[in-house]
Amino acid sequence: MNPVNYLQILQLAAPETIVTLTVLVVLGADLTMLRGKSIATRFNVGALLSILGCASAAVFAFTRHVEFNLFNGLLVVSPQSDFVKVALLVLTIFTVLISTSGKFTDHVGEYLSLILLATIGLMFLVSTEDLLMIFIALELASLSLYILTAFNKRNAKSSEAALKYFLFGGMSAAFLLFGFSLLYGISGSTSLPEIARSLQGRGLDPLLLVAIVTTVIGFGFKVAAVPFHLWAPDAYEGAPTPSAVFIAAGSKVASFYVLAKIFTLGFVGAEGSAVWHGYVSGWMPVVAIVAALSMVLGNLTAIVQSSVKRLLAYSAIAHAGYMLLGVLSNTPVSASAMMFYVITYALTVIGAFGVVAVVEDVTGGDAIANFNGLSRRAPGLSLCLLVFLLSLGGIPPLAGFIGKFFLFSAAVGAEKNLGLLWLVILAIAMSAVSFYYYLRVLKAAYVLDAAADAPAIKVPSLSLFAIMLLAALVILLGCAPGLLMRFL
Amino acid sequence: MLAWTIYISFIGVLVLMLLPRDNARAARIVALLTAIAGCVVAFVGAMQQSNPGEVTTIVKADWIPSIGAKYFLAADGISLVLVVLTGLAAIAGILFSWNIEKRTKEFFAFYLALIGAVYGVFLSFDVLLLFMFYELTIIPKYFLIARWGSTRKEYGAMKLAIYSFVGSHLVLIGLIAAWVVARSQLGHASLDLIELSQVSFPIAFQHWVFPLVFVGFAILAGMWPFHTWAPTGHVAAPTAGSMLLAGVVMKLGAYGCLRVAMLMFPEGVRMWQGEIACLAVAGIVYGAGVALVQRDFKFVIGYSSVSHMGFVLLGLATLNTIGLDGAVLQMFSHGIIAGLLFAVVGRMVYDRTHTRDFNDLETMQLGKQLPFAGVTFVIAGIASMGLPGFSGFIAELQVLMGAWTVFPKLTILSGVGILIGVAYTLRAVQKGFYSDAPPAPADHDHPLEPISLPERFGAVMLIAASLIIGLFPSLLMNWIEPCFTSPLSMFGRLLAKGVAQ
Amino acid sequence: MNHWLTILTLVPFLGGIIVAGLGAERKKLVRGLALAFSLVALGGALCMWLHFDAKSGELQFVEKFDWVKSLGIQYFLGVDGLGLLIVMLTAIVTPLAILASWSVDDRPHVYHALILWLQAGLFGTFTALNFFHWFLFWELGLIPAFFLIKLWGGPKRGPAATQFFIYTMVGSVTLLLSFLAIRLATGSFDFIELAKMAKTGELTAKLGDVLGWKSHIGMIVFFGAFLGFAVKVPVIPFHTWLPAAYAEAPSPVTMLLTGVMSKMGVYGFLRILLPIFPDQIRQVLTPLLWLAVATIVLSACAAFAQRDLKRMLAYSSINHLGYCLLALFAAASVATGVTASDLQKAAALDGALLQMFNHGLTASALFLFVALLERRTGGLRGLDDFGGIRKVVPVFTGLMGIALFSSLGLPGLNGFVGEFLIFKGVFPLVPWAAAVSTIGLLVTAIFLLTLIQRVFCGPLNERWAQLPDLTTAERFLVLPSIALMFVLGIWPQLVLGFTDATVMKLVQQLNF
Repeated sequence: MNPVNYLQILQLAAPETIVTLTVLVVLGADLTMLRGKSIATRFNVGALLSILGCASAAVFAFTRHVEFNLFNGLLVVSPQSDFVKVALLVLTIFTVLISTSGKFTDHVGEYLSLILLATIGLMFLVSTEDLLMIFIALELASLSLYILTAFNKRNAKSSEAALKYFLFGGMSAAFLLFGFSLLYGISGSTSLPEIARSLQGRGLDPLLLVAIVTTVIGFGFKVAAVPFHLWAPDAYEGAPTPSAVFIAAGSKVASFYVLAKIFTLGFVGAEGSAVWHGYVSGWMPVVAIVAALSMVLGNLTAIVQSSVKRLLAYSAIAHAGYMLLGVLSNTPVSASAMMFYVITYALTVIGAFGVVAVVEDVTGGDAIANFNGLSRRAPGLSLCLLVFLLSLGGIPPLAGFIGKFFLFSAAVGAEKNLGLLWLVILAIAMSAVSFYYYLRVLKAAYVLDAAADAPAIKVPSLSLFAIMLLAALVILLGCAPGLLMRFL
Repeated sequence: MLAWTIYISFIGVLVLMLLPRDNARAARIVALLTAIAGCVVAFVGAMQQSNPGEVTTIVKADWIPSIGAKYFLAADGISLVLVVLTGLAAIAGILFSWNIEKRTKEFFAFYLALIGAVYGVFLSFDVLLLFMFYELTIIPKYFLIARWGSTRKEYGAMKLAIYSFVGSHLVLIGLIAAWVVARSQLGHASLDLIELSQVSFPIAFQHWVFPLVFVGFAILAGMWPFHTWAPTGHVAAPTAGSMLLAGVVMKLGAYGCLRVAMLMFPEGVRMWQGEIACLAVAGIVYGAGVALVQRDFKFVIGYSSVSHMGFVLLGLATLNTIGLDGAVLQMFSHGIIAGLLFAVVGRMVYDRTHTRDFNDLETMQLGKQLPFAGVTFVIAGIASMGLPGFSGFIAELQVLMGAWTVFPKLTILSGVGILIGVAYTLRAVQKGFYSDAPPAPADHDHPLEPISLPERFGAVMLIAASLIIGLFPSLLMNWIEPCFTSPLSMFGRLLAKGVAQ
Repeated sequence: MNHWLTILTLVPFLGGIIVAGLGAERKKLVRGLALAFSLVALGGALCMWLHFDAKSGELQFVEKFDWVKSLGIQYFLGVDGLGLLIVMLTAIVTPLAILASWSVDDRPHVYHALILWLQAGLFGTFTALNFFHWFLFWELGLIPAFFLIKLWGGPKRGPAATQFFIYTMVGSVTLLLSFLAIRLATGSFDFIELAKMAKTGELTAKLGDVLGWKSHIGMIVFFGAFLGFAVKVPVIPFHTWLPAAYAEAPSPVTMLLTGVMSKMGVYGFLRILLPIFPDQIRQVLTPLLWLAVATIVLSACAAFAQRDLKRMLAYSSINHLGYCLLALFAAASVATGVTASDLQKAAALDGALLQMFNHGLTASALFLFVALLERRTGGLRGLDDFGGIRKVVPVFTGLMGIALFSSLGLPGLNGFVGEFLIFKGVFPLVPWAAAVSTIGLLVTAIFLLTLIQRVFCGPLNERWAQLPDLTTAERFLVLPSIALMFVLGIWPQLVLGFTDATVMKLVQQLNF
């Protein structure tokens, strides 16, 4: 047995360690120094501490250039995974910034530390190639997220959402574990590369097929793909906004990274094919069907929503479909395209939810009608909303468009004879549909006039700063995507 | 130099956004100055082009090397013609929107953003860049109509936006597919239009990609039967919006058809030539026929736009030099004339009388109350009918000549369309201005305000443009023709094999 | 390089702009200026007349520039005897029309501007020799005419104006399509060149080569062009727009319509259709002759049935122009076995040209008289409204009577010579047509005499007992026309001298 060099582990897991320390600091500060202070102050101070911690972790991860594989894939450090960690930490920073204006809870310290804990879980998720570790990290993140969803004790919807999320999540975790155990049984190892090696030349084992399906179920739930999406609209609507933001953004980024890794690294040889008129059994057809269903259902249901949060939830389902397309393409180019898309999507959705949170606080609801006349009442905010929603719709020169272009062109170019074109056509068609419901919200903001007695909207400055920064990033990445693509 | 047309417009948008709210006067002046500056740059840049038959690069910088996208702006004769048209239309639109009081600076901000994007489309020679500017036009269009429009503005705006979006997404599918195929042929990823125009796409591939891309663009050009957004949208739009929509934005679609679809897939065009011509003539006749029975003045003009764009598409379908010349010239000519027609109906008549129903207008004796408007409409109507002396005649003449050799029966049908055009124009002139119906009792407390100076200026400018080109068409044809006839022409493959049988 | 013709066309055009800019207030100035411009044009036309070399049948005062080279469009002007004749006619009738419009009070600046622009359009049409340029003026002439009818016309002016416009446009579109086909086939829009090609049979061959349908393409293209001109003349059955338009238009405008605009159709036949499509005309000669004969006879009969003076004269116009067409078609026939057929053809064509000029004068004079009558009676012009007014207005009766008799074709007055020459030429060439057409002469005589009888003779209608006679100004107004009627009746050589050479050339061109 190799002596375990704990110092080495600490060094390799430094970002995670730093964040863990931050958790302790935040909790401690909230319990001791900030007792008796107002919620706003506690949030601000706690946020500051969290941001400092995350920032330093991010810097650390960004500047080191290490390649290390510990214990046969239990902890894998590479520049690529480090970059994803950086992205996760940035997303967490934004989430924390948005949460500072929250008035939904007294337990500030706990809230912030849960966010950070979830982040730690996600960071571990992206730096492993071992099934066990994946499961552990996933559970860490998920459990934190369930609690985060339930945090608004004053709102019954919050508890309902959290319960649904928990039940669904628990069941899908069970499926996932079952699948993982099958994989272990077939291959004799929990390390993805080793699993791949042992599966080669095996053909499609029925057990393997079951494992594929359950894995899809497990992760499909996590990214809210159809038909495992039923928790998502309620969660997005009922959870306090920063929690919803985190579910939509950070969790998605990590989940997709791992999903891609499992399928492209672990199930090598069992791809099958989802090409038009060229069906071959494997994980690709399954993922293709899930993707297609998500795109269609997500977009079509979003059309009839009157609550903006639910609209964003269904659009998240649809976007999950697009991202699955990236997984399906199974080339290095498409992998980078997918990560670009997920990261920019995450940034966008944080911003969109941030705007919704502000409007909800002031007007008391998140129906589309509450957005009437936003352009007059809060011009800066509505301009950011314009940027975010148009980016989600895929209008140039925003990041959403370029992301879609990368993704679709990679998908079309992946198979010879443009095999995946049918899926791309579906994606583009559904994208056109999505334009309609985004435009409806923008119509309320820009075209319709607010009720005469509508109060003016005062946007908390920290939130505004975060939202504007995000909008600027979305525009910047849309015009010069190379800035991000370099690292992927 | 020409790239500054784009930049100036967007700088104008920024300046406008920084202006204080409620200062309508400042907003108008800033907008007008920006448009004039853009137009001047367009003219000067156009004059500087020594060889319109060639593509002259303005800017060519790497943008996203991994997919072969470049920031590639360039111009040849066709681009120049359309850029000049945009410049003129921009100024005219602002002059005719001088009376907008509600949220003026936002109106002009969206307006200039639209203009900047349109300039971008006409000057882009990288397919992704062109597509970006093309899509970018959708949002300002939507807001211009939804906020400042009139009849069923929200419905009209949404319909227009969705149609445009769907059309551009059809194009996107085709473009991505073509990009992938081209990559394997060229050995590297490229979105450069000139490079892509040299690629020989497989025939079977072109068979389905070409109609996809062509129809995607043609939707915006108002090709029958995908034209239904146009009359609703034009009627709903505020005057300047209609002028730009019918005048310039529909030309984006036609330009896309020519510059992208037909350029990249010459064999595809030939396979679908007959169908395109049939649809084009259907549009000519249908648009004219429906215009003849309209009760709303603006709908007449809206449908007449569909009819005139049919000529552009017919010219494109002929695939010979004369027909293509005529198509491009008709793009310019109709841009000016449609602008003029909408200006009269929208700004001069509707803004004053608040009705566009012929039954009401007949009793108002507008020919006597607004003589300038009456005369302007008569002149615009004459130009629209295609009477000689104005730009429309030369353009339609060339299209017909081009079409004679290839589709003689369809050409005769288009002649019928021209006649119906005469009929509906006459009807509009009569009912709108010079009706013999008994006049309603004159409302002396609220006389119609006289035609203001910006309106007169705008009208004279547009009439002069149409007249000058009508009498001296060489001015524009010297730009257009070399693009097709020069030996180095990028359209060489398109015209090479001559007339399709 | 002389620019006579361009200047001649520009004068009324600029005049129209100046007059329109004067505004509605300064009525006297407007009328005076309009008259001045038209008189300057008349002067210019007279100068050209004097400088014209009558011996040669060639084109003179030619101006030729490239305009749009790639489409073969040239700015090509020129006149021969035919062109100059009609230009003269236009120049004479327009001042008369302006003088007759002296009492127009509603927006006179627009009115007179439109008349001047109409004159410019007419000058342009009659001097142009390249299709594009010619078509430009052909179409542009329609607009002033439309508005003149539409805005100042009688009670049913709306439909009349619209019908006029649409009919003519239909013809124009077919004309355009035909000439586009010709241009595609031959690469030329030039009338002279096309005539040469037609002579050698090249034209039809080329049309067939380029457009296919070898056996029929020539016919189809011919028919398109024919339609364009047939509407203008008009030939029955394309004439239904004319009575309404003539009747509803204000009488001075009708003077121009009947005096000059109707000649556009015949001019088109002579200048364009006959030289370029002689083969096709020959192929369908008999139907064409039937059409001409029908025009002559049926219009005369229709005139007889009218109760409105203006409509009666309108149909009479159709009748007179029918004779011109008869002569034209006869001249195009292949007259084998006819002695000195060239001379007959020349006679027929001479007669046609003379008839054009004479009819222009006479008809415009007749409508002028009707205008004067209307002025006195407050707009009444029905056949049965009057009776025996020669007792109260003897001078008027006398002068109008002269014009009526000239229209009838009384020897000694100008109308006779033209009709005589036509019949002299046509009879040997196509005897049956000439024979049937004499019915027209007979019926014309009947209805004109009826007119005289109903309006002037018989018991005095008490209503008009106080009808004022012609004032001095009015007498001077009608004097030139009356004088010319006598002069041309006695000395037709004044006109024929100029047209002979042109006619001979035309006949030679038709012979092959």
